[in-house]
This record gives sequence, C-alpha cells and structure tokens, in this order.
Amino acid sequence: MWKTILRRILIMIPEVIILSLLVFLLAKAMPGDPFTGSINPKADPAQLHHLMKMNGLYDPWYQQYWNWVVHLFHGDLGNSYQYQEPVTRLIGSRAVNTLWLAVFTTILTYCFALPMGMYAAKHEGKLPDSIIRIYTYVTYCIPFFVILIIGVWIFGYVLGWFPTTGSISATAGPGFSSAASRLYHILLPGILGALFGTVNVVQYLRSEVIDAKRSDYVRTARSKGVPSKDIYRHHIFRNSLLPIAAFAGYSITGLLNGSLFTETVFSYPGMGLLFINSISYRDYTVITALVLIYGILNLLGTLLSDIILSIVDPRIRIE
Amino acid sequence: MEESLNRHSKISAADLERLSKEAKGEATPSSARIVWNEFKADKPAMVALVIIVAFILFVMIAALFIDTPKMMETDIMNYNAAPGTNGFILGADTGGRPIFQQLIVGARNSIGIAMGLTVISSTFGICWGLISGYFNGLIDWGMQRVYDFMMMLPMTMMIIVLVTIIKNYNAITLTLIFSVFYWEGTSRLIRSRTLSESEKDYVAAAKTSGTGNFKIIFSEIMPNISSLLIVDTTLSFAENIGVETGLSYLGFGLPMHTPSLGTLIANANDPNNITQYWWTWLPAALLIIILCLSISYVGQVVRRSADASQRQGAAD
Repeated sequence: MWKTILRRILIMIPEVIILSLLVFLLAKAMPGDPFTGSINPKADPAQLHHLMKMNGLYDPWYQQYWNWVVHLFHGDLGNSYQYQEPVTRLIGSRAVNTLWLAVFTTILTYCFALPMGMYAAKHEGKLPDSIIRIYTYVTYCIPFFVILIIGVWIFGYVLGWFPTTGSISATAGPGFSSAASRLYHILLPGILGALFGTVNVVQYLRSEVIDAKRSDYVRTARSKGVPSKDIYRHHIFRNSLLPIAAFAGYSITGLLNGSLFTETVFSYPGMGLLFINSISYRDYTVITALVLIYGILNLLGTLLSDIILSIVDPRIRIE
Repeated sequence: MEESLNRHSKISAADLERLSKEAKGEATPSSARIVWNEFKADKPAMVALVIIVAFILFVMIAALFIDTPKMMETDIMNYNAAPGTNGFILGADTGGRPIFQQLIVGARNSIGIAMGLTVISSTFGICWGLISGYFNGLIDWGMQRVYDFMMMLPMTMMIIVLVTIIKNYNAITLTLIFSVFYWEGTSRLIRSRTLSESEKDYVAAAKTSGTGNFKIIFSEIMPNISSLLIVDTTLSFAENIGVETGLSYLGFGLPMHTPSLGTLIANANDPNNITQYWWTWLPAALLIIILCLSISYVGQVVRRSADASQRQGAAD
C-alpha cells in the first residue's frame, strides 16, 4: 500500500519539473513585454531598457528559469507587473475565494447526488431510475458555461434574487455580516455547479449500491428480517460512503478547471478571473504561477482520490 | 478455388451456394447495420438524427450564400435593432450586425471546428490507446506517463496561453491546438479495451502464425472494437462543440471578426446586452444546448446498439 503511494509521489516530481519548464518557456514566448503598455509614449527608451535589465528580462532563458526556480523555493514568485504587489500575496487572496467556491460546490453536489444515487439504485430499472438517469445525462451534456450565463440572466438579472458580480458586497460589515455576504455571493454559482455536476457521483453510487444489494451480507441481513430501510441506511450506504468520498478529489479538480468560466461569468475575484486578466496584461509572473498552481492542484486532487480509492477498492490498486 | 473444393469434397456446387448463403444469414450483422436497425426501432432517435443532419446541411449550404465580411460591417443605424424590425429576423447586435446571419455562419464555424477536432483527436487517441494497450511493458509504461502528464495540465489555461502566443491563428491552427489537449479521454477508453482484447485467443493465434504487430492492431483488434470507436467518436463530437464555444466565449477562440456560437454568447458579457438585448446572445445559447443534447442523444442510441443486451431494434 505505502509502496504504491510512494511510487505515485515519486512519479509526480519529474512531472512537476517538466510542467514548470514548459510553463516558463510558454510564458516567455508570449508576445510583448510587461512594460511597454504601462509606460506613456514619451517615456525614455533608455529607461525602459534599464527597467527590463533590472528585471532580468535580457538574460538567457535558462538563467531566467534558474532564477525563477530558486526564488520559487524561497516562496517568492516575483512581483505582478500589473498590480505591483508580490504574486504570492495576490494569488493568496484570490485562491481563498476560488477554494471557497469549489468546496461549497462540492458539498452541495454531494447533497444533491447522494439521495439521487441511492434512490435510483433502490428503484433500479423503474421509472425513478430512468428519470434520474436522464437528468444526470442531460445536465452532463450541456456545456456548463451556457448554463451559467442563462442562470445568471434568469436568477441574477431578471428575478434579481442573487448578486451578479463580486465576492462580497461593499456595504457588508465585519464578522457575521461579511461571512453571510460571501455565502450569498457563491450561492448561485454553487447551486448551478452542483445541479449540473452530479453525474459522476450519482452513477458511481448507483452501481456501488446495486452491487451491494446483490451481495451476501445484504441477503443475510434480509433473511434475518432486518427492515429494508435499515439495510440501506446501515449496511449498504455506509459501505459505499468511502469510495464516494474519494470522488471529492476529482470533483475539486474539475471545479478548478471550470473556475475560469464560473469566475468570468460572475466576475468573481478568484484565480480563474485573475488568470484571464493577467493574460490580457501579459503579466508573466502571475500567469506562470497560476498555471503551475493549477497543475499541482490537479495532481494532488487526483492523487488524493486515487489513494482513497485504492485503499477501499483493491480492484483498482496500481501494481 | 471452387473447382478444387468440389474435386476434393463431396459437396455439390448447389449445396455450396446454399450453405454459404445460410452462413451469411447466421453471421452477426455489421456494426453499421446494427446501428441502422436501432435507429429504425427508436423513432425519437430517428427524428434527432434527421434534425441534426438537416441542420448541419442547412448551415453549411446557407453559410455559402452569406458574405461574411459584409455581414460583419458595423451599421450604426441599426444599433441593437429588435427582432423583426428593418428585416432583421433575430435583431442586430451592438454593431448593427444581423444576429440571424451570424448564427448561421457561427454555427457553421463551430460545427466545422468541432468536427475537425473530433476527427483529429479521436484518430490520435484511438491509435495511442491501441498501441499503448497492445504493447504491454515499457512502451505502455512510457505512454502512460505521457498520458498522466497531459492529464495534469490545466487544459483551458494551456490553450489560452498557446492562443496568445501564436500570431494570426485561424480555424485550422485553432483546431490543431485543441487537438493537442483533447485526445486523452479516448485514449484511456481504447487502451483499457485493447488490454482485455489482446488477451483473447484470436490475437494469440495471429501472433503464433507470425502476423506483424501493427497488422494485428489495425486489422484484427481495431475492427473488433469498432462499435466502441463509433460510440466514443459520436459522444466526443457533442463535447467538442462545448470546447470551441467555451473558449470563444472567453475571447480566446475564433478571432473577433469571425463569428462563432461562442463569440455570440460573449455578447452576454455586456450587462446592457444581458439585461435588455436578449436576442444578441440567447439564440446562440439555446442553439448550443439543442445541438449538444441531440448529438449526444444520437450517441446514446449508438451506444445502446453497441451493447447487444440493450438493443431495441430487431436483429435481422
């Protein structure tokens, strides 16, 4: 078991190194430099050159890469040219927003998906099962950003139930009031994400429960006269819970990748929106840091899910 | 051949003909035939199929009659014209450009890119999966590490970075960029199926009789998993429509002067448009939903026909 996990982690190291190199070179290959846009036309070209030299932008690429890596290990990702503040602090404040939204959406997804999966499995092959199957399938097929836009239009603009921009209202006071305002801002994207992201959990839980229904321990419990309700609650559901929990890792990875869209539609100040803004300002330091962070989070999310799944399900243990 | 058969066996020519006819009748029908029977049995699926084919043909042909540069010219007089006014069937956007014509050209572009992306990424993914699954050992291990690495990449971000690097990109370069990142799903599916397939007797038989590896892969294993290939390709076509439109929506897909369903939806980014001028973006959004749903519905029917136990069509 530990060998498997250790091997997985060892394999991650070269992957992260290659990713960092790739990201760095891609950012370098982007056109324009971060200063030209921010300096007025009358600025002295010599001063511009000095600025570029000071920031090491004339060094050979491997030199720049090495400097970047060394700084990286000191927890220094450089300064954002656009915001004029350290990238770590900038991303830190945005990451909180993105992670809040991702965690909230995941919790809501489970709230919707668990009862649906259980109910579908209980009534396997009957009408509720087909309705749930069609529901998960339809919600899976529609591109999510279209749903977000239609959702923000109906519930945000037409009905006016939810805020359409930002992560907190300007008038929110400290303490409870600010927390409530934050929650209010992630409510609509969270609900939409949960309603339209149930397919994996529902299908996995459904097949798990259907397998368990036919297993010997359930038959034994039944023959002993345990009521059906208790069998589902204490025997089947409890056994299926851990593998289902493992899906949280995959789910958060998926949500992170979707955050570009969610945050653009809701103008929600998270990492995804920061990325889109940084691209238009050619803010390399922020772009490289964000792609690297997303890549590493992807890795960790999958790793977490794989480890939990391989503990509970020997069938998929990696040899 | 037939003559020599007759000389050595007691079967007469008439018998041989009858026997081979019987054998033909008993043989499993081809995958295309099974899929067709399934569609004949499922009327809604037939309707969906006809709608998709008719829509794609309509969009492809109608777009030929639309002068795109002229359509994309700004016309201040018709700024945000409402649907039905001044001959604008679905109104006009902030630049006075007709929405209906943009929808046709946009749908053509989006479907075209999705098709190109499906062909390229599926071909690549299928080959990758077949080779990786067939050659166990070091080759498979190496290919799996590449796969792991690709899975780690934040795809949307990487595509956006690439799009900003490449100057003067067009529909073809865009399709190629997308293809780099969207073959993994197919390859994993094909690999796991190939793994179990290469343990079967016919592969072992082909190996012992000295058939070359690539001949076994492409003319023995591939035809045997053809139904899976058809299913996967149809379903990824529906997904790929979302890929291009999503990136165009963010502003990193097709360039501004080339309409796509995604750039039309991007009209909704303007608070004025989303609140007052619904016709600038809603038709494109609904069109995407309908397209994706009907294509994947067709895909579901194809998947059902690939699984003998779920078929509804008569097995003739």
